[in-house]
Amino acid sequence: MKKEVIMIKNGEIALKGLNRKSFEDVLAKNIKWRLKDLGKFQITRAQSTMYIEPMEDEIDFEEAIERLKKIFGIAAFTCALVVEKEMSIIGQEAIAYMKDILPNARTFKVAAKRSDKKFPLTSPQLQQELGAALFQAYPHLKVDVHHPEVTVTVEIRDFGAYIHAEQILGAGGMPVGSSGKALVMISGGIDSPVAAYMMAKRGLQLHAIHFVSPPYTSDRALQKVETLCEKVSEYTGRIQFYCVPFTDIQVAIRDHCPEEFFTIIMRRLMIEIAVRIAQKQELGALITGESLGQVASQTIGAIVATDDVCSIPIFRPLIGMDKNEIVEIARKIDTFETSILPYEDCCTVFTPKHPKTKPILQQVRDAQAAFDFEPLIQQAVEHTIQKTIRSIS
Amino acid sequence: MSDTAEIYLDNSATTKVCPAAVKAVVEAMTQNYGNAASLHRKGYEAEQILIQAKKIISSILRCEQQELYFTSGATESNNLSLFGIAQAYRKKGNRIVISAIEHPSIMEAAKVLEQQGWEIVRVFPRQDRNFYVEDFVDVVNEKTILVSAMMVNNETGLILPILEIAKAVKQKYPTVLFHTDAVQGFLKLPIKLKNSGIDLLSASAHKIYGPKGIGLLYLKKGVRLTPLFYGGGQQNHLRVGTDSTALIAGFAAAVKEYHDKAQMYIKHYQQLNEYLNGLIEPISEITVHTSKQHVPYIVNLSIDRIRSEIMLHYLEQFGIFVSSGSACSKGAHSYVLGALGLSDAQIDTALRISFGTQTTCQDLEQLVKHLKGGISSLAKMK
Repeated sequence: MKKEVIMIKNGEIALKGLNRKSFEDVLAKNIKWRLKDLGKFQITRAQSTMYIEPMEDEIDFEEAIERLKKIFGIAAFTCALVVEKEMSIIGQEAIAYMKDILPNARTFKVAAKRSDKKFPLTSPQLQQELGAALFQAYPHLKVDVHHPEVTVTVEIRDFGAYIHAEQILGAGGMPVGSSGKALVMISGGIDSPVAAYMMAKRGLQLHAIHFVSPPYTSDRALQKVETLCEKVSEYTGRIQFYCVPFTDIQVAIRDHCPEEFFTIIMRRLMIEIAVRIAQKQELGALITGESLGQVASQTIGAIVATDDVCSIPIFRPLIGMDKNEIVEIARKIDTFETSILPYEDCCTVFTPKHPKTKPILQQVRDAQAAFDFEPLIQQAVEHTIQKTIRSIS
Repeated sequence: MSDTAEIYLDNSATTKVCPAAVKAVVEAMTQNYGNAASLHRKGYEAEQILIQAKKIISSILRCEQQELYFTSGATESNNLSLFGIAQAYRKKGNRIVISAIEHPSIMEAAKVLEQQGWEIVRVFPRQDRNFYVEDFVDVVNEKTILVSAMMVNNETGLILPILEIAKAVKQKYPTVLFHTDAVQGFLKLPIKLKNSGIDLLSASAHKIYGPKGIGLLYLKKGVRLTPLFYGGGQQNHLRVGTDSTALIAGFAAAVKEYHDKAQMYIKHYQQLNEYLNGLIEPISEITVHTSKQHVPYIVNLSIDRIRSEIMLHYLEQFGIFVSSGSACSKGAHSYVLGALGLSDAQIDTALRISFGTQTTCQDLEQLVKHLKGGISSLAKMK
């Protein structure tokens, strides 16, 4: 019966009450989806733990572990060897299973749990016996019950004895999809992919919207944003991507609105378009990478002016973060190097020299009313191109 | 994106491979696919490609066949020249003189040598944007082992007086070696290497309608060079690795094809150049940076207050492809245009138009028509 399984510890889901099963269902579905091309797995749930059991011999376990690290809703997980509930077998198998870990450790302890009370040894007895067996095989080890370098855990469950390897930290958060769907506004900079990652971590399934202004922005700038979405999708699963043609609107703003309001009006129109697409696709909220005070369009006044045209909530997970904190996450999720590629700032021709940092709402409304943008908005929505983005792996 | 035909005006970046070169590459890949070092007949056949290629090129460049080496391209040829000479002649001296507008494969290699302790002297053009032979001669001393100056600048088409520099430098110190990066002038400007004073010359196939990934180094007999790579001893141990026979066959075919019509092409470029200048002259927003000191097949110009990259993408919509003077990124200005005395505003708005053998006057009319369209519709820099 000897085989290796992965045991999942659900993060916050475990705290949920009656809804717990539906959260677990979403997580199980996400795990299945992500591991699909690696081979056949069976996912079972028992005694508040989720078990992933490979159903074929030739499965890339290491790749499966790498992918699990990126699935939200998993607080931690452990690989475990399942063996018969027989003390001599447990001892032998534990010695072999720990052969890569224990020779390099100086101190260890054994932890035992016995949920199957029919097992003849009590937990302390089991600890002693297994400890003695391991000590005999690895005589250099010293026991340290307070701060051991390695803890060998064995659990006696209904199906068998589980010998645990080291615990691996998961991505935490809530399973993607368990909180609904939202539309992230992605520019190509450092912030928006991080915002996307953070909100997916809270269980949102992501759609992404990006605005292009050829010839002021190039094919490579768009390619860069798609690459960013691909990287984020390693955590979030596939992303529906909307590419909105925006040149005509930018030119109209330049031709008809006062320069100091260019950026704020542009953002309002982007939000208006995003809301329309969100409503069409039944997405509950927008996500942006704004951080308070970072640039002129991210002040309280500017936020008031953008929220003014938005009928659904805007989530701004980075609002209280410093740039270096954002960069740290961007590096962790591997979007930073792509974000700093120099393709996007051709739009600088449209940025005002002296943007209003404290715009008065009525002034902004009046400035925008100088031109009827409605036909251009409709056109932009109509000509939006949709595609699915997923990481290549 | 567009229903108009392609108008490719970026021939200094690369060219479309000519049919004769394609045929030669395919033949070498599918028929004479042997390893030129193999002793059997397939090896012999492959070796003939190499011999033939060297025959063709050496007769055009007027040099010996054994003075030619095939590399992966001009970047490798330039690196091999700088590092190889620096290493081989390190006991003789440590000064290397280069022009300030060399291609990055010279500039960056020189920087590394500088970090390793070599003294790099960069010669700048004078106020009139031209290079003077005396400026090179002045900085050459008894410690100098190498002078490197490009034949034609890749961004502006400026012709450097390389033969005069080589001669004058050698009059002062006969043992100084002279290298030229000839990529933009190869086959287009006539050159005879024998008794020219040139000791090393880099060229590449893909600027003359050959394939990418194959280049040439001319190394004068008797000049020592330390190789960059070590291995199976091919090409006199100077550039080892299995000979890239298919690309070499394509290179040779392209050389032959181009050289046969080279004089006709240069006249064609002169006509195009005059025609384009005539079309542009009435447009007050355009400043042309090229003159008689430049090759006729490269025109560098600035368009008032329209950033290069935006105009480039605008033209692209109509199937017209040109090159920008600088990348549209923070501070990534062209050091070449800077060294040639252009202002920041001119560099930001510079476009390079480079003609090919197939370019027509109608193509240039289309270009100018859309340049005008861009000037009137595109957003201007403040």
